Amino acid sequence: MSENRVEITKDKFRIVGKNLEKMESITRPSLTFWQEAWRRIRGNRAAFISLILLIVYGLLAIFAPMFSKYGFDQQDAYAMSQSFSAAHWMGTDSLGRDLWVRVWMGARVSLTIGLLAAVLNTVIGTVLGGFCGYYGGKLDMIVMRIIDVIYGIPSLIVCILVMVVLGSGVQSLIIAMVIVGWTGTCRFTRGEVYRLKEQEFVLAARVMGEPVFTIIMREIVPNIMGLLITNLAMAIPSAIFQEAFLSYIGLGISPPQASWGVLAKEGTRMLKVAPHMLYVPAFFICTTVLALNQLGNGLRDAFDPRLRGTE
Amino acid sequence: MSKNVNKNEPLFQVEDLCQYFHIAKGKTLKAVDHVNFTIYKGETLGLVGESGCGKSTTGRCLVKLYKPASGKISYKGKDIFSYNKEEEKAFRKNVQMIFQNPHSSLNPRMTVKDIVGAGMKLHGLATDKDVDAKVEAILKRVGLNRDHMSRFPHEFSGGQKQRIGIARALAVEPEFIICDEPISALDVSIQAQVLNMLKELQEELGLTYLFIAHDLSVVKYISDRVIVMYLGTMVEFADAEELYDNPLHPYTQVLLSSIPVADPKLVREKQRIMVKGEIPSPINPPDCCRFVERCPYATEACRKKLPPLREIKPGHFVACHMV
Amino acid sequence: MAKNILEIKNLEFSFHTYGGVVKSVRDVSFNVREGEILGIVGESGCGKSVTSQCILRLNPEPPGFFEGGSIKYKGEEITTKSDREMRKIRGVEIGFIFQDPMTSLNPTMTIGKQIEEIFVGRGGISKKEIKERALEILKLVGINEPERRYKQYPHELSGGMKQRVMIAIALVGKPSIIIADEPTTSLDVTIEAQILDLLKELREKMNTSIILITHDLGVIAKMCDRVLVMYGGKVAEKGTVEEIFYETAHPYTAGLIKSIATLDTSKDQKLVPIDGTPPDLFAPPKGCPFAARCEFAMEICYEAQPENYQLTKEHMCACWLQHEYAPKVDIMRRETKEVQQ
Repeated sequence: MSENRVEITKDKFRIVGKNLEKMESITRPSLTFWQEAWRRIRGNRAAFISLILLIVYGLLAIFAPMFSKYGFDQQDAYAMSQSFSAAHWMGTDSLGRDLWVRVWMGARVSLTIGLLAAVLNTVIGTVLGGFCGYYGGKLDMIVMRIIDVIYGIPSLIVCILVMVVLGSGVQSLIIAMVIVGWTGTCRFTRGEVYRLKEQEFVLAARVMGEPVFTIIMREIVPNIMGLLITNLAMAIPSAIFQEAFLSYIGLGISPPQASWGVLAKEGTRMLKVAPHMLYVPAFFICTTVLALNQLGNGLRDAFDPRLRGTE
Repeated sequence: MSKNVNKNEPLFQVEDLCQYFHIAKGKTLKAVDHVNFTIYKGETLGLVGESGCGKSTTGRCLVKLYKPASGKISYKGKDIFSYNKEEEKAFRKNVQMIFQNPHSSLNPRMTVKDIVGAGMKLHGLATDKDVDAKVEAILKRVGLNRDHMSRFPHEFSGGQKQRIGIARALAVEPEFIICDEPISALDVSIQAQVLNMLKELQEELGLTYLFIAHDLSVVKYISDRVIVMYLGTMVEFADAEELYDNPLHPYTQVLLSSIPVADPKLVREKQRIMVKGEIPSPINPPDCCRFVERCPYATEACRKKLPPLREIKPGHFVACHMV
Repeated sequence: MAKNILEIKNLEFSFHTYGGVVKSVRDVSFNVREGEILGIVGESGCGKSVTSQCILRLNPEPPGFFEGGSIKYKGEEITTKSDREMRKIRGVEIGFIFQDPMTSLNPTMTIGKQIEEIFVGRGGISKKEIKERALEILKLVGINEPERRYKQYPHELSGGMKQRVMIAIALVGKPSIIIADEPTTSLDVTIEAQILDLLKELREKMNTSIILITHDLGVIAKMCDRVLVMYGGKVAEKGTVEEIFYETAHPYTAGLIKSIATLDTSKDQKLVPIDGTPPDLFAPPKGCPFAARCEFAMEICYEAQPENYQLTKEHMCACWLQHEYAPKVDIMRRETKEVQQ
């Protein structure tokens, strides 16, 4: 079993005792929570590619319309419903407007609304869920019943009602989506906080006499951060899709303002004649949602403390 | 005893403590039922029993993690639930706890330095400037060093994590530490390290301990006096040596004879006192001796009334009708 | 003397992980005889659980893999069997009792169903016979009212009862060997005593061999005929239970015995802990794995792995102190003086 035969001589049989310094030392480098997460995302190919893709989309959304020679509502009667060409990379729509520019203008709207709605949902859901989970009692009961009610009504109907009351437009759209969307995060955060507050390190903080606010900010919030971000990443695609859907059925953004949903709606009308008008926005909606879901999955694995040291 | 136990200075006085949890309509879990004891400065009081006996719950009531259903807990003569802000803060500094599970008793997002230093800063024992040096000093006492300060809990072994937990408790210079099963989750050879450390620290710093465990040999080794609990009630209470030499309550006798001794000849010759059945549920317990279903000596009288804790010999209390 | 039914020679088993290859089992050899209770004692990371799971190929392969050695059950080589062949052995020839009864039973199936599962895929037994055998076994393990318990779900049973059910499941196929991995660690001490008595009784009645894995020396003393002490993936010492306790040869075994508090330990006696922590299995030391924590370590211990010295017919010790050049020391002395270099 021994590879290099060590010479056995009598002098080697002197007792030298223990050697404990090496025992207590830790050799592997210490990574913070964020460093560890980044390392894992980088290793997850699907998530990493999705991240790159989303960054590319984001940059294009910001810069592409600026560098294009066409305006987003610039009509051209001579170039209506044309398919892909050198002049118009993604073709034109029924009014001769350049689709490349419209797609990226639409991206601005869709991505912004999606992001904004998701962030608002997450913030409201987290704060409320946090209080419910930590204090329980009456507040918890009331909030949970409200959530039950909201879940009971189809979200579309709630959106329609809100839009009818507040009128159409980006603002009311976001308000409608938030009213319906905060519940998921709230329930989830409540569960996590409830579980965390019974953990021994939180009890240790209470025994130490830490004030409640410090306990929440120092003990609880950092330990749900990872999950919150994952939640956020998963909330964005559903917000984007929701906006697209509402605009598609005419409740959200209206033309000439572009969003991906609007473009898809226009495209459906021309499906038999100029199918590219539908395929283009549909492609972008699908790839964005897919990328965000992959990223969300990747983030969830990246932040999972149980996977530490097991890979 | 070579220890300085001051019988004139009681630290904790627990009077008729009851902790009940209402689980559902008509179902009450009586976790702790009429528990009385006093802990004196400098001693180690052992609290031993099997699952459902209420020892952990009792410990948690003493640090105000639970508010008891009834009864009174006094620290240095004052009811701990009647404190004003200052008294509360002082209590939190003086009474600390070491937890059972090393893997969940440290905040995974904080470095060792922050974990140990947080309490010091909170109680004004260190400022941002000198907390580094002070944390290093405490870590040294538990056998860790400067390199460990910037590390995170998951990088340490179970034994090391438990030592960090001890450092955290010591950092605020407490008088009293409740040790809630501090070594059950550790490997056997590490258990001895931690036990020795706790003993040394007690001598050096004059600490008082409430030592909660289910391992009787360990409890006997470290405690001065021991309380045996069963299903929320105290069944026997005596000096450690006395309890193990003369166990009077049938449950204590059963418990002692059930421990497998690490000596092949002894353990195979020893006559074991058999007990049948399972440990009953602490939900809606009957209003009589809780051990009656499994006791080899049970009589009708035992099914009628809850036996009171009586002093059979000086310092030796038993709750049993048959003694 | 009873014959060997399990023979393990030079077993080496490792895992591929992100950080490299972890050598969990490094050269382990032992035999199990008919009707004996063999104890394997060691702490976390010593490889005892991985070794026992190797016998039934329960380790996930990949990332686990056999680096060398052989496991022979009744003459047949286990390490090369296919999954289908292993299924004929698992549960029927060799049974397994897991540590935590709370999580080892399927919460969505009744007790009866879980016992019947052993027979799925094995022809030749009627449903009626299966149920009869199951009820018989439940009675054998001390579960009263077996018909009622048969229809109950795991959550309706206490911890001790669940462990009895686990034992029943392990026994149903009338195995020759039962591997019990820390079967009483999570149980209360009075229940533990009952379960251990039950295992002994079963060995008497059915002549089943038992491999009992534990970290509790008291359980070893009570139950075992022979003992294997493992450290750092290797066998440090093995022998009869009397030899291990009364003629301890390996410093690690001695360290374990000295570090536990027994009812006889007086307060003034200091427990002698084993300083330090178990070795890093990513980069196992080239010498004896215990050297860094051993107060009797010699230069040679850090340089080369010790050979296996056969002290008596059953008693083996892997320690350089057994070499003729080594000084005579009393490893059971209760001092912790660190000898300066």
